Amino acid sequence: MTTTAETSTKPRREARTSDKSRAENRLAIKLVAPAIALMLLVTAFPMLRALYLSMFDYTLTAPDDRTFVGFQNYLTALSDQLFWRDTANTVFIMVVTVFFELVIGFAFAMVMHKLIFARGLVRTSILIPYGIITVVSGFAWQFAFSNTNGFVNNWIPFMNTDFNWFGDYWSAMAAIMVSEIWKTTPFMALLLLAGLAQVPEDMLEAAKVDGASWWQRLWRVILPNMRAAIMVAVLFRALDAYRIFDNIFVMTNGAQGTESISFLTYRQVIEQFQLGIGSALSVLLFLSVLVVAFGIVKLFRVDLSAARQG
Amino acid sequence: MRNDTLSRIGTALGLALIVIWCLLPVAWIVSLSFKSQEAVTNGSPGFFPSGGGGAGWQNYVDVVKDDQFRQAIFNSIGICLIATALSVVIATLTAYAVARLEFKGKKFVLTTALVIAMFPVVSLVGPLFDMWRTFGIYDTWAGLIIPYMSFTLPLAIWTLSAFFREIPWEMEQAAQVDGATAWQAFRRVIVPLAAPGVFTAAILTFFFAWNDFVFGISLTSTERARPIPAALSFFVGDDPFNRPASLLAAGAVVATVPIVLLVLFFQRKIVAGLTAGAVKG
Amino acid sequence: MAAIEMKNIVKQYGDGYPAVNDVSIDVADGEFVILVGPSGCGKSTLLRMIVGLEDITSGDMLIDGERVNDLAPRDRNLAMVFQNYALYPHLTVYENIAFPLRLAKRSKEEIDEKVREASRTLDLDEHLERKPANLSGGQRQRVAMGRAIVRDAKAFLFDEPLSNLDAKLRGQMRTEISRLQKRLGITTVYVTHDQTEAMTLGDRVAVMKKGVLQQLASPRELYEQPANLFVAGFIGSPPMNFLPATVENGQITLPFGTFPLPADKAERAAGKGLLMAGIRPEHFEDATVQADVDESRTFTAHIDVREWLGDQQYAYVPYDAEQEVQDQLRELAREGDGDSLRTQLVVSLDSASQISEDDEAKLSIDTDKIHIFDPSTGENLTVGL
Repeated sequence: MTTTAETSTKPRREARTSDKSRAENRLAIKLVAPAIALMLLVTAFPMLRALYLSMFDYTLTAPDDRTFVGFQNYLTALSDQLFWRDTANTVFIMVVTVFFELVIGFAFAMVMHKLIFARGLVRTSILIPYGIITVVSGFAWQFAFSNTNGFVNNWIPFMNTDFNWFGDYWSAMAAIMVSEIWKTTPFMALLLLAGLAQVPEDMLEAAKVDGASWWQRLWRVILPNMRAAIMVAVLFRALDAYRIFDNIFVMTNGAQGTESISFLTYRQVIEQFQLGIGSALSVLLFLSVLVVAFGIVKLFRVDLSAARQG
Repeated sequence: MRNDTLSRIGTALGLALIVIWCLLPVAWIVSLSFKSQEAVTNGSPGFFPSGGGGAGWQNYVDVVKDDQFRQAIFNSIGICLIATALSVVIATLTAYAVARLEFKGKKFVLTTALVIAMFPVVSLVGPLFDMWRTFGIYDTWAGLIIPYMSFTLPLAIWTLSAFFREIPWEMEQAAQVDGATAWQAFRRVIVPLAAPGVFTAAILTFFFAWNDFVFGISLTSTERARPIPAALSFFVGDDPFNRPASLLAAGAVVATVPIVLLVLFFQRKIVAGLTAGAVKG
Repeated sequence: MAAIEMKNIVKQYGDGYPAVNDVSIDVADGEFVILVGPSGCGKSTLLRMIVGLEDITSGDMLIDGERVNDLAPRDRNLAMVFQNYALYPHLTVYENIAFPLRLAKRSKEEIDEKVREASRTLDLDEHLERKPANLSGGQRQRVAMGRAIVRDAKAFLFDEPLSNLDAKLRGQMRTEISRLQKRLGITTVYVTHDQTEAMTLGDRVAVMKKGVLQQLASPRELYEQPANLFVAGFIGSPPMNFLPATVENGQITLPFGTFPLPADKAERAAGKGLLMAGIRPEHFEDATVQADVDESRTFTAHIDVREWLGDQQYAYVPYDAEQEVQDQLRELAREGDGDSLRTQLVVSLDSASQISEDDEAKLSIDTDKIHIFDPSTGENLTVGL
């Protein structure tokens, strides 16, 4: 919609570009150039390089044996069950964590919105998980779930205190997801709180007068009006969760089949020096993020301009 | 009336829940850092150190005495501060252009920032690893500062653009009518108004850089440039099969102190910055 | 002090739309001129061109006889009060007022003296150390004016300075601005969309629409001799009534009847087909409270709603009009930022009138005061009569 409107007015604008607006254009280009250059240097350029390297059978330990193999690396990756298992893990983690973050985050946001005292305390508390290093949060939860030194087994009623959370796929995944949810829910809550603050108070009062119950106000007034905020928060968090790496590295190091797709890529490139197949995985990872982003935008009709206008 | 008290009790309960949720794991890692290493090796389940398993400040003394750890802290502080400073300067220029000027390619700038903010960093470590070795900046501060800058730029640009849009730019014109040159208007009116936003962006950028792990483990190989999260994860101690949990916990607490301090002093600004960049009608 | 001359000023934006089109206005030394018009009429743009915040596409802007088109705002030595006051939030009231003087590098003593004097004039003494955020709207407004008067500027420019204040305060500040201007005797250009401000403040008023100057005249002349339909409808509250009319044989036919028309008016309007008659509400009256009534100029009408205001009262008389007329009235209302819901007559009645709602009332009409407009051009055919 907006793009068509813009293209139609553009020619007229350009025809009459005054000296002032041309000077403004030049100044703007100079101002944004360093940022653009830097961002592209570290992303676009390496990405192109990855595209190139992914066409080779290339191992750092034997750099002279580099041979062109075309799309062979992609075929290898895509036909490998490991790739699909890790993708499934990643999607699983993304869906579960974002769901819980959304529900818990919304509850937190509601509480914070109502709060008239101790706001500073809550703000400080909520920012600590956000600010804390993911690796540290990973450690904290790994030790908490540990059956030799942790407290979780002791605190859960009827739990066998010797239960090894990291000895089995489902429990290990659960531990990883708990650490992820703990760390990122506050961020979600803050975004939702900002959205909540934008629902006009008089609209809620009008709904009250119209006879809406608390539940109806939530579903019919508050949530529809927070749609943009919720969708942007979900998009951000989902893409972030799709890149999950730090917690897994620290907590299980991929044991019990808990690898994520990022972890697989990392292992190929950095630990095994398989730059060829690793690059192919990098490209696939990038593409899958695009697919996820596109999917969410399409599925929920996220209005990105709402986010961008910020 | 009854409804009112009920909802007040509910809010108070919710408040308690949030605080517990947020601080319990932090309290736990602090508590763990006071367990003695023998107790941890022999197994000491439970939240608090018990049965003479307390270590007092010993773990902290050990951590601070550890050269690797000290170097990692030094690396992290240095790298993050430099990356933050550079990133904020560059982002300020960009955000000014985005918020204030009409130019072709504004959409391109914002879209690039958006895409980079969502970029899977792991997919870059391979090629960057390769490139940095070619350029000779693998395992150096510069090798981390550059990617930190690029990946904090989107956040900084967004946050700053949001702040800059809020500045009453009419002020600049008012100052010019009052007899100020363009430079005076900028220096005496705009800078004081923009400073809080820039400062907030700097804090968020610092958080981001301080938290990085992927680049930290991929683009370094020695303690020369290894930042604190990477150092913590590689810290195995004497027995590789039984990590010195309490020592690690002490290290983690030390690494968390700067974050906690920033949060304590600037919580209001941080919240404003986080939400300004992300949501707004 | 200075005169401001605008000669054929044009402002064209990048997309070719002329925000200001060929406007020429001379503001004499010490004169108070109002630029008034609905939103988007180019009045603010014109003001910003005077002060130098907008480039002038073509035409000449002269201050004191000197062409200032290419001078930066700071070199024009004008003082401006912005709509949102543009107070520097990081500076105290004192420093806000002192700001232009500090930029001009005046001595400390001089600055202090001038700031104190301005603050005394504007009754700001007790607020000098406060920040703008802690002031009320009226106080902010005064600080903005303080910043303008310390300057010894050649002229004052106001950009809708009262639009953010509530009605009562607006009235007070209006008087205050008027008093200040008279005392300082300084050339002033004042932009507003409010016709009451325009009528009460200005020596002369320039009415603008869509970038084009419609009429430049004293408030009385605007009211009594509007140049066209737009000016007639914009100036006056409640606004002038517009009725479809035809003029034949010295008689004017309105939806309520046919009435005799003065000969000179009848002559100018004769034989032009469907016209638009403009009659101000006060040119109607309740015939029963008038001493001697010319029966030929009365009609009976059904009173729909009556508003009693104490010193006067308004009555509303709905009438039916053809679609074409309705469309034109609606268009006219839209141009003036208004909205017309139905075709109705607004009648101002003597407070002694006993007419009540839902009554059939006998009303008289003063046809000497009728304006007759050409509906296609909007031109007032009876101007000067």
